[in-house]
Amino acid sequence: MQIETAAAIEAPKGKKQNESSFADQMRSYLRHPGSGVLALITLLASVLTFALLVFLVGYILVKGIPYLSADLFSLNYTSENLSLLPSLINTFILTVLSLVIAAPLGIFAAIYLVEYARKGSKLVKVIRITAETLSGIPSIVYGLFGMLFFVTALHWGLSLLSGALTLVIMILPLIMRTAEEALKSVPDSYREASFGLGAGKLRTIFTIVLPSAVPGILAGVILAIGRVIGETAALIYTAGTVAEVPQNIMGSGRTLALHMYVLSGEGLHMNQASATAVVILAFVLVINFLSGAIAKRIAKG
Amino acid sequence: MNHFKEKGMKIIFMAAACTSVLAVFLICAFLFANGIPAMGKIGPLKFLLGTTWKPSNEIFGIFPMIVASIYVTAGAILLGVPIALFTSVFMARYCPKKIYRPLKSGIELMAGVPSIVYGFFGLVLIVPLIRQIFGGTGTSMLAACILLGMMILPTIIGVTESAIRSVPESYYEGSLALGATKERSIFCVMLPAAKSGILAAVVLGIGRAIGETMAVVMVAGNQPRMPQGILKGVRTMTANIVTEMGYATGLHREALIATAVVLFVFILIINLSLSLLNRRAEHAN
Repeated sequence: MQIETAAAIEAPKGKKQNESSFADQMRSYLRHPGSGVLALITLLASVLTFALLVFLVGYILVKGIPYLSADLFSLNYTSENLSLLPSLINTFILTVLSLVIAAPLGIFAAIYLVEYARKGSKLVKVIRITAETLSGIPSIVYGLFGMLFFVTALHWGLSLLSGALTLVIMILPLIMRTAEEALKSVPDSYREASFGLGAGKLRTIFTIVLPSAVPGILAGVILAIGRVIGETAALIYTAGTVAEVPQNIMGSGRTLALHMYVLSGEGLHMNQASATAVVILAFVLVINFLSGAIAKRIAKG
Repeated sequence: MNHFKEKGMKIIFMAAACTSVLAVFLICAFLFANGIPAMGKIGPLKFLLGTTWKPSNEIFGIFPMIVASIYVTAGAILLGVPIALFTSVFMARYCPKKIYRPLKSGIELMAGVPSIVYGFFGLVLIVPLIRQIFGGTGTSMLAACILLGMMILPTIIGVTESAIRSVPESYYEGSLALGATKERSIFCVMLPAAKSGILAAVVLGIGRAIGETMAVVMVAGNQPRMPQGILKGVRTMTANIVTEMGYATGLHREALIATAVVLFVFILIINLSLSLLNRRAEHAN
């Protein structure tokens, strides 16, 4: 240990104080084998975690890419071509539909929580507790609720609309939380300056606060898109599993993730299922890249 | 006019904020209204503690599913938590600055991979592997535990890492100054100080694991009987709902909704303990 401290004192300029050189560290491990073992386990566990990730992504890509044939992208689904294009279009419609409803709702809710509500009021507490509860509910429970409420009680049947509204409830807490954080991070001086210039509260919110919070809100929305694309359990009994693009949003249609579930559930079309997995994974990768890029921009200010 | 607009928008914002309250209320109302009567008809004890699930004979006992859910979750926690804990220590204290950003986005990617893709991965890789090594069908409790253990990694790593980071640096320096090694300072001083945050991460992981549906359905085998060993198939509560809801009618359908009610109660308990833990973590700081 003295070695470490000595190294810290004599350390060349620009080196962080609590760090010792590699050789010193190794010497210290020799004197304290227990510490060495712990460091080794830490390293191994991290290698395992990231190896699992690389292996997961790599395996899906290697297994699926060879089966990405033109047939899979034909306009109509038949039991022969097993086209994923209709499901892809359904996924797109469902994503847009649920975001069009959930994004304004979530952002407005965040505006209320940040700009209007008194801190510590009863209503705010209830809203926070319910939002937390919502984010912990498993998707199958959402699916069942959607089936009971939208499909059965409101008589909308298995439809894209039922599915979209189920997803709205599911992604609402996510959008709310990220939007709230984004609004909170806007400095108060912006608001004060706007008020000082004579702008009303509403005008301040829409022309000053919201535009500065856009990157943070966008990051939340992108995460929500990711959840919609990957969702299966909440849609199976709300949007249904018809493999066509419906005439309108009151018709049933399966999304990409559901398409993959049905294909792998039958057990006969594993190749097509793995190709679908590649398409889903590609979307997830793009979404992660986008949200990462936005986060980087926020960090830079 | 302007005043009117301000007031009007405030009400709209407030209404939007109340949607989550409305949603929770509706979910509770519809689930309980549809599930509780079925429990009454079957008999609450018969339903919760009955060990036979035979919808065709109108026998609805979900005890095997409850036990399976708990076993599978416990297995996932057993496998996932140690790995996640060490990885988060690495991320918070060891990771060189240069590779931190890519690794962090890797963990975010892991959290973003949909459960259906995990399930597929389990089905085409873990299940055949178990079949080859241990024999049997491969779809088993072990497969579900491994897969879920993998799926909860990013959740636990994320929360634990920020818990470790929120421990004041002076704790670490103080421990070093007393002559402890780096590892001793991290594992014996910083981790205990981050205890409630780590516990919250584990509880969050439990919530994820118990509620996971699609991945479990694909690898767990789905036999509705008491778990008979780690290499035998089991059916969790979530799997029960998703496999049978498609064709269930009458009391069978209601029994499935009642299964969801039981699952929902589990989740509520988990949520409650989570918010208690979070409050404790805030107090500690």
